[in-house]
Amino acid sequence: MSSAISVSSLYKTYSTGFEALKNINLDIRHGEIFALLGPNGAGKTTLISTICGIVNPTSGTILADGHDIIKEYRAARSKIGLVPQELTTDAFETVWNTVSFSRGLFGKPAKPAHIEKILKELSLWDKKDSKLMTLSGGMKRRVMIAKALSHEPEILFLDEPTAGVDVELRRDMWNVVRALRESGVTIILTTHYIEEAQQMADRIGVISHGEIILVEEKAELMRSLGRKQLRLFLQEKRDEVPEALAQYELELSSDGCELIYHYDTQKDRTGITALLKDLDKAGVRFKDIQTRESSLEEIFVNLVRERK
Amino acid sequence: MNLYAIKAIYLFEMHRTWRTIMQSVISPVVSTSLYFVVFGSAIGGRIPEISGVSYGAFIVPGLIMLSLLTQSISNASFGIYFPKFVGTIYELLSAPVSYLEIVIAYVGAAATKSIILGVIILATAALFVPLRIEHPFVMLLFLVLTAVTFSMFGFIIGIWADGFEKLQLVPLMIITPLTFLGGSFYSIDMLPPFWQKVTLFNPVVYLISGFRWSFFGLSDVHIGTSLAMTALFLIACILILRWIFTTGYRLKS
Repeated sequence: MSSAISVSSLYKTYSTGFEALKNINLDIRHGEIFALLGPNGAGKTTLISTICGIVNPTSGTILADGHDIIKEYRAARSKIGLVPQELTTDAFETVWNTVSFSRGLFGKPAKPAHIEKILKELSLWDKKDSKLMTLSGGMKRRVMIAKALSHEPEILFLDEPTAGVDVELRRDMWNVVRALRESGVTIILTTHYIEEAQQMADRIGVISHGEIILVEEKAELMRSLGRKQLRLFLQEKRDEVPEALAQYELELSSDGCELIYHYDTQKDRTGITALLKDLDKAGVRFKDIQTRESSLEEIFVNLVRERK
Repeated sequence: MNLYAIKAIYLFEMHRTWRTIMQSVISPVVSTSLYFVVFGSAIGGRIPEISGVSYGAFIVPGLIMLSLLTQSISNASFGIYFPKFVGTIYELLSAPVSYLEIVIAYVGAAATKSIILGVIILATAALFVPLRIEHPFVMLLFLVLTAVTFSMFGFIIGIWADGFEKLQLVPLMIITPLTFLGGSFYSIDMLPPFWQKVTLFNPVVYLISGFRWSFFGLSDVHIGTSLAMTALFLIACILILRWIFTTGYRLKS
């Protein structure tokens, strides 16, 4: 079975000479939620725009559901829905018209029942006759999603869908995304909110300086890089870590009230028992203990730092 | 052919027309009526007939052409420039539509609008001056051909323009002078011999002359030449558009 999206040896150099994408190879499976993570200017939007036909690739090939996005652009593009990062709408059009327009543009006959369903799911139904310019930013974002879903795409791109979006919309949006995934739609999203990728994605790709650094199952990524933290809340403030505990590479919080120990859950011995014994011997007393898994955010920051 | 897309864009553009009915239809009609009042009735009464046609009637084809050209250009250029300006062009570029379909839809809508306008102005003119149309089919042919050609030209300008200033520049600085100097208000026989030659480099002369021939059977240049020149301009626009779309000029990086 072919991939939903298959990118091979993709390069994009802008006319300014800026190399936005360097040798991108990426396969996105049917029906998965793929999160593309990367700092600003890493090439996330360029990659999405190139796949969707808005930016011309310099070299390399891209297949959407097995169709070359240039030679068979009609077949490829009709499968794809795109929600761009920028809120761009036709200010004077109504919600209903603009969403129906998108459906027509993508070569589908009118189907009011489908448009009605999308608008209701996105809580836009009571705004269907409102002009876009009268809507709030969050509502416009919903309209952009509705437009992308109007032609029943099999592959949906969400470019930073939750940037500047309130909690309610974010929740609605993720409900829609989950429902789409259940109906078999492949979803590719970029986001800054790493906890969202953590909650939603099946696989995660990290992009930095135009290169894909890694692509991994989310669980795998969390496991292989997943470190935990043990925080000890001290009864008395300390100026430094006791000599006797040097081997544990403890970190003292800036206010001197916490000792932090990092350990790897994958190892047979985490060293916690020994640490607690040695703490007792050194006469360090604490009032509370907390352990915490590294977030994807920390993993991501580390990855990008390592590459530099 | 993605007919649904052509229909969607065409209807979207026509909807824009109805929404802006004041500026797109009523204002050209008002300004053309003013020309009739001033040149046709007030001044025209003192100007002798030109080859048996009263001056008021003589300027009708020129005035229709004037509106047809400026409106075709401004409709089509604005139609494609605006999505570029606000960013909604992303949808057009990511949709399964061919360039041909995009051009058919945008140019079709712009041309439709200016043809409607041309007919309205013709009807308005008939209220002021007695009109006769000797070759109605040729008249229609010129109307359609000019509207389509200049809507294409406008579409090209809309793609080329990277600011509102440029969008206004071409119609204002090039088209309006060419139309005024192209024989809208006079027969080129009235010019000194030297300027009669110079004026033949003005493409609008051929449009107005041909269009006037379809009304009164009199023309500055042969009707065949007029048609050929119009067709030539049409072909030039098609070639430029082909180049724009194959290179993605000003549309895609």
